[in-house]
Amino acid sequence: MTTRIGVVVFPGTNCEHDVVRGLRIVAGTDGAAGPAGSAVEVELVWHGADSVDGFDALVLPGGFAHGDYLRPGALARFSPVMGAVTRFASDGGPVIGICNGFQVLTEAGLLPGALQKNSGLRFLCTTVPVEICTSRTPLTATVTPGTVLRLPVNHFEGNYICDAVTLERLRDEDRIVLRYAENPNGSIDDIAGICNVEGNVVGLMPHPERACDALTGATDGVGLLRGLLAAASSGRSARSALATA
Amino acid sequence: MRFDVRVEVRLRPGIADPQGATIERALPALGFAGVDGVRVGKSIRFAIEAPDEASARNQATEMSLRLLANPVIEDSDVEITAVSAAGTAPVAGAVR
Repeated sequence: MTTRIGVVVFPGTNCEHDVVRGLRIVAGTDGAAGPAGSAVEVELVWHGADSVDGFDALVLPGGFAHGDYLRPGALARFSPVMGAVTRFASDGGPVIGICNGFQVLTEAGLLPGALQKNSGLRFLCTTVPVEICTSRTPLTATVTPGTVLRLPVNHFEGNYICDAVTLERLRDEDRIVLRYAENPNGSIDDIAGICNVEGNVVGLMPHPERACDALTGATDGVGLLRGLLAAASSGRSARSALATA
Repeated sequence: MRFDVRVEVRLRPGIADPQGATIERALPALGFAGVDGVRVGKSIRFAIEAPDEASARNQATEMSLRLLANPVIEDSDVEITAVSAAGTAPVAGAVR
């Protein structure tokens, strides 16, 4: 049974191939043999698609969707695919937004709060220590809370903000998924990633897909992508069991 | 009727404005002393056909809340000028 993961590409997205390669490395399907026919298939999904049927998880990668016009992520919610992404999320499917994908999820209303310009007005391109705060999401299911990972960040608008009521809810409902061990951008409560109430929609600024290959200097993202693959795979098994029951 | 609309979008009070802070720090270097409270926003202009000014204002306000501004971090003001009635002064109103 093949697990299928869709990587959503908007005009201006630029991290989709990193995500595809990262997932294939973790799935063990990267290389000359290619992914076809293997247990995990990772495919690009153009933003004009009006369906995400058949996918077991979706990733909204980093970049500059619609050129970041107006605000980062503001226009992506008008892309046809977002209706399908929203339905997929409300059905409990795992949806992960990385960097610009996180911005898209907040602007689309799938996650609360907003990402404003970094304090200090600096574009950040560095590797930072990030603490895993909960294992209740697909991304973090296989990582013990308290674990500190070193993950790349690469953003100008990563300074997470929300009102006091929302912050209280995020804390009470165990929805802060990752915190910076050293806050690089001014995010409230050191937040690097959050999830929705159910835990299946996750947004994060760090790039786990860029920390999956020792050749490029870091492998701390492997556990996160492995968790996503496992959640996608078990979701498919559950749906398949339902269909045959 | 045709109306000119200007929507000013700015960061809400209390939201850090690093661009404004940077400009504020730069101005004294040009000899402009005593400047404070610099805030950077956006001005969005367009024309709209609407039966009356209230309708134009309502539509512009709705646009601000749903797209032009992100209410989590931004406020907006709508300013409307009737184009067909020459000499009409702009009428401003705040949207929160």
